[in-house]
Amino acid sequence: MSELALLLIRLAFLAVLWFFVIAAVGVIRTDLFGPRTAPSANPRKLPTKPAKNIPAKPKRGEPRQMVVTGGPLQGTIINLTEQPITIGRATDSTLVLSDDYASSRHAQLFPQDGQWIVEDLGSTNGTYLDRSKVTRPTPVPLGTPIRIGKTVIELRK
Amino acid sequence: MTAKRRGAQLVMLAFAIVVVMGAYASVGLGIDGQIPSGTFTYGLGLAALMFAAYGVLAKWAPWADPLLLPLVTLVNGLGLVIIYRIEQTGQGGASATNQLMWTALGVVMFSATLIVLKDHRALQRLTYTMGFIGLGLLVMPLLPFVGREINGARIWIGVGPFTIQPAEFSKLALVIFFAGYLVAKRDVLALAGRRLLFIDLPRARDLGPVLVTWGLSLGVLILQKDLGSSLLVFGTFIVMLYVATQRTSWVLIGILLFIGGAVLAGQIFDHVQARFEVWLHPELPEFYDRELGGSYQLMQGLFAFGSGGILGTGLGKGFPDQIPLSFSDFIMAVVGEELGLTGLMALLMVYALIVQRGLRTALAARDPFSKLLAGGLSFILAWQVFIIVGGVTRLIPLTGLVTPFMSAGGSALLANWILIALLVRMSDAARRPPPQAIQNEGLTQVFTR
Repeated sequence: MSELALLLIRLAFLAVLWFFVIAAVGVIRTDLFGPRTAPSANPRKLPTKPAKNIPAKPKRGEPRQMVVTGGPLQGTIINLTEQPITIGRATDSTLVLSDDYASSRHAQLFPQDGQWIVEDLGSTNGTYLDRSKVTRPTPVPLGTPIRIGKTVIELRK
Repeated sequence: MTAKRRGAQLVMLAFAIVVVMGAYASVGLGIDGQIPSGTFTYGLGLAALMFAAYGVLAKWAPWADPLLLPLVTLVNGLGLVIIYRIEQTGQGGASATNQLMWTALGVVMFSATLIVLKDHRALQRLTYTMGFIGLGLLVMPLLPFVGREINGARIWIGVGPFTIQPAEFSKLALVIFFAGYLVAKRDVLALAGRRLLFIDLPRARDLGPVLVTWGLSLGVLILQKDLGSSLLVFGTFIVMLYVATQRTSWVLIGILLFIGGAVLAGQIFDHVQARFEVWLHPELPEFYDRELGGSYQLMQGLFAFGSGGILGTGLGKGFPDQIPLSFSDFIMAVVGEELGLTGLMALLMVYALIVQRGLRTALAARDPFSKLLAGGLSFILAWQVFIIVGGVTRLIPLTGLVTPFMSAGGSALLANWILIALLVRMSDAARRPPPQAIQNEGLTQVFTR
């Protein structure tokens, strides 16, 4: 193997290494600003997709997940088990809120006879199921928003 | 952006493996003008391993960051190639086959972490457990029977024929502990205190955790003669404290404590003092020829960087056997010699990109625990690269630490693969699109009493 060939291999390898770095930066770029081409395809797709998931009215049956649909923790998903779910600012809560309007032990959700019950634990600012304040343990229908401070959660199948 | 970017991830992964195979072939061409016979078998083995990791990622963390796995693959693969290259010179201790086996185990740990840990917030409930595990692992080498002392540092435990560095795993546990602890205490750490001149001073009792960490890292330094780990743990805690509270005074207190500790250790302990002397005057013959803690290794590393220059000598054309322990602490000097400044910079860029993806995850994460954990894990990776590369290039005194994913060593590789799995898990949670509300309530609401 001649010296010239080795030199070319060396330079080529360094170039490929840097090309890898640049390609990685390119992926980050598209991640931040979206792909350069065909952005019009996305908005058309978006409305149709959720429509498939949204039932016309809340379905009957056992919920499997609790999802946070509003507030700073939006997007958090907690899988439901037999264990009760505590919500509040206390760090040992299942859903830890960092919200000035939430109490440290704000509310809890627990399963009973196949349905989930929401109970306010004497919070300062109250827990709302749909539009009404929760004053006694109340069953939660699927897809009905529970509002605690700025946070909105609902149960999903 | 809520795209999964599977295509980009696959392309980058394949690209990384091609670069590694190119490096492997290039080592063979450099040494004896022939492509090594194992290029395709080893290359395909690495590819199978990484695509298996990708499969697990696509199934259990589909929304995860598309770049973490390819970037780590490149660094780990290049580490394998450099260790293979050092093995060819006949230096004892370097074994590419062993390292490949540890890489496979690392990928297994990566997959296991992703499969078992469905929700990283479960770790928040283990805050103090993790603290105890971390401390326990850190002091474990000091215990009789299990602890082993190798090369002057007592940082190993022996399990049958294997030796494990528990400190590598303890740093993960400690970062989880710091994150959980700081989430619980950050309000009091951030707000309480009085103002002196232009610095907000914290209350004396809130100083407790800082002093405990300081004492802990100093204790590790004294008892185990492990400068690197103590610097790593202390620095990470200070940065996470700063991230959690946004108070500059914590950083100032941390730096003062660090300087105090360093001066104290330098006065009392010979081995720390030796590190300083070697750092300041490596060229003096008395230090160069000193048997223990001399500057021979450091100078050989610097010579390697020098002979590499801008473009390097080419893979397989350098003299890595001239540097003691070139396969572990000084692997960056071998990279600097054979790939030159250009290759070294590219590699550091890849590390920077891994850290950037981690910090991006921290920014995108929704709850404070994930933010602190992602930030802390990416910082500990960056800090580790800085400490060892800074030491090898004589920017700071040399402390023994492994170069993440590159140096020969099983414990570090396993721990770092778990670290990446945690980052992948958190980036999956952070990038997952929020669910749509079923009943759209609108912006305003009327509450009736």
